[in-house]
Amino acid sequence: MTTSLLIVQILNGLQFGILLFLVAAGLTLVFGVMDFINLAHGVQYMLGAYLAVTFVGLTGSFVLGLALALAAALLIGLALEFLVFRHLYERDHLDQVLATFGLILLLNQGVKIIWGAAPLSVPVPEFLTGSIRLMDGILYPVYRVALIGSGLAVGGLLWFIVEKTRTGMLLRAGASNASMVSALGVDIRKLFMIVFAFGTMLAGFAGAMAAPILSVEPGMGDTVLILAFVVIVVGGIGSIRGAFVGALIVGLVDTLGRSFMNDLLRLFMSAPSARATGAALSSMLIYLVMAIVLFVRPEGLLPAKGRS
Amino acid sequence: MSAEFASIRPALAEAARPAAPPRRRPVVAIVLFLALAAMPLAVSLGLPAHWLTLVTRALIFAIAALSLDLILGVGGLVSFGHAAFIGIGAYATGIMITEGRSEALLILPVILAACALFAAITGAVSLRTRGVAFIMITLAFGQMAYFLAQALSAYGGDDGLTLYERSTLAGFKPFANRTSFYYVTLATLAGCYLLISTIVASRFGRALRAARENATRVTVTGYDVGRIRLIAYVISGMIAGLSGFLLANQTDFVSPAFISWQRSGELIFMVVLGGVGSLHGAIIGALAYLFAEDVLSGWTEHWRVIFGPLIVLFVLFTRGGLVGIIGKLGGRRDD
Repeated sequence: MTTSLLIVQILNGLQFGILLFLVAAGLTLVFGVMDFINLAHGVQYMLGAYLAVTFVGLTGSFVLGLALALAAALLIGLALEFLVFRHLYERDHLDQVLATFGLILLLNQGVKIIWGAAPLSVPVPEFLTGSIRLMDGILYPVYRVALIGSGLAVGGLLWFIVEKTRTGMLLRAGASNASMVSALGVDIRKLFMIVFAFGTMLAGFAGAMAAPILSVEPGMGDTVLILAFVVIVVGGIGSIRGAFVGALIVGLVDTLGRSFMNDLLRLFMSAPSARATGAALSSMLIYLVMAIVLFVRPEGLLPAKGRS
Repeated sequence: MSAEFASIRPALAEAARPAAPPRRRPVVAIVLFLALAAMPLAVSLGLPAHWLTLVTRALIFAIAALSLDLILGVGGLVSFGHAAFIGIGAYATGIMITEGRSEALLILPVILAACALFAAITGAVSLRTRGVAFIMITLAFGQMAYFLAQALSAYGGDDGLTLYERSTLAGFKPFANRTSFYYVTLATLAGCYLLISTIVASRFGRALRAARENATRVTVTGYDVGRIRLIAYVISGMIAGLSGFLLANQTDFVSPAFISWQRSGELIFMVVLGGVGSLHGAIIGALAYLFAEDVLSGWTEHWRVIFGPLIVLFVLFTRGGLVGIIGKLGGRRDD
C-alpha cells in the first residue's frame, strides 16, 4: 500500500520535474546565451496554457489545438522580442528585471480581460485517457506518462541540438563570448532571436501540456517562474544538463515533501502540530534544498562550462 | 602614506561621487521634507482628505524603498526579496497585537531582532553569490517567508489577519488619529533618511559604494567586502521592518500578500523610478508610484494593463529616474 503510493508519488514528482525542466530550459538558455533575465518567461508558460484552451476548444482536436497554440506562442514571443526584449540585451540586469516585470503586470491582467479570472480547463484528449497498469495494484494515468515521455523527448532533442549541431556549437560559443562569435561573421542578432523564440516555445509547450492536468488561471505562470529559478540556481545557471537535474530534484523533493512530510513528522510530534508544521515545511522544502546546495556549491550542481 | 592607500584612492574617489551633484542634493531633500510636513495643513485648507491617507501609505513604502536603496543603489546588490522584511514587521505587529501586546516599545525591539536575524541568515547565504544568482536567491528567500506566512493558520493563514486595535506608543495613541499617524510616519522616514545618509557618507558607506565598482580593489585594501555587505543588508532589513510595523497599523490587516514577490518587484521599481542610489529619489519614487496606482486604479479595475507598459516604456526611455529628470529640468548636466 505505502510502496505503491510511494511509486505513484515518485512518478508524479518526475512528471512535475519534467514540466519544470521545459520551463527552466528556455529560461536558462536565454540567460546562458544572451545574459538576459526574462521574468516574463512564466507568463509565456501561462499564455501557452490559455492558447491551448482556446485552440483545443475551437478545433475540437487536442493535437491540432496544441500545434496552433505553439505557433501562436511563438508569434507572441517573437513580437515581444521585437518590441521590448531586443532593446534590453545591452542593458544591465536591473533594467531587464524591471521591464519584464512590467510585462508580467500587463499580460497577467490582459489574460484576465480576455479569458476572465475564473479557472479554465482543457479535457484530456480521448486517445490519452485511461490508466496504465504498472504492476499489481498500481495504475497510472496515460496522459501523465505521455507528458513524461514528451518532456524527455524534448529534452533529448534539445541536448542533440545544443551538443551536436552547428547551431548548437554557435550557441555554446556565443554563451562564452558573444562578441568573438559575432566577429567571426555570425549574425548574432538572428542567433539571439532564434534562441529567444525557441525558449518561448518551450515555455508555451510546457503550459499547453500542463493545461489538461492543472487549472488554467491568471498568475499560474508566476508560481512556475519562481520554481524554474530555483531549478536553474540549483542546477547551475546557463546549463541545460543542470536544468534537467535541478528540475528532477525540485519536482521530486516538492512532490514527496507534500505527500509524506505529515507522516514523517507524526513520528516525532502530535498529529495537529505535525499537520501545521508539515504544511509550512513542505512549501519551504525546495527553498531549503536550494539554500543548502548554494551554501555548499555557490555555482550550482552542474555549472555550465566557461562561466564562473 | 603607504602604497596601499594610493591604490584605493581612485576607487574611493569614484565611489564618493554621488548620483546627483552634492550641492543640490540637500536642497531637494529639504524642499521635499518641508512640502511633506505641510501636507496636513494643505488638507485642512481643502485638499481631498484621502490624500493624507494616500501620502501616509506612500511614506510607509518610502521607508522600505529607502532601505532597499542602501543595498541596491549604494551597494549594487539587487535584492528581490525585500518585501519579506515588511512582512516580518507586519506579522510581528499583527501577532503581538492579537496576543494583547500592543505597545510599540515592546513590538519594535522584536521586529528589529527578527529582521536582523532573518537578514543575517539569508544574507550570509545570498551574499556568497553575485549578480543574477543573488537576485534569484533573494527572490527564493522572499518566497520562503511568503509560504511561512501562509502556513500560520493560527494567525489567519492564507486569508490574513485582521487587527481590531492599533498599537500604542509609550502609552499614547498616535496611530489612532490620521494627522498624528502621518507625522509619526514622516518623522520615522526623516530619521531613517538621516541615518542612511550618515551611513552612506561614512567610511563604511564609501567602502560599500566602492565595492560596487570594484570589489577586488576594495578587498585588497584590507576591507572585508563580504562583512560590509552583510552589515548593510542587515541594517537595510531592520529599517524595512519598521515600515511593516507602520503598514500593519495603517491597514489594520496583515496577509501573505504583503510578502509576495510582486511586492518586492514594486519596491525595486519605486527605487528605479525615483533614481537609483540617490536617497531622496527612493522617497520621490514611492510617492510617484502610489499616486500613479491611485489615479490609474480610479479609472479602471484593469489598471495594470496601463501600468505594466508604462513601466516598460519608463525603463526603455529614461535613465536616472525622476531625480535625473528633475536635474535636467534644473538645467544642470551631471555628465
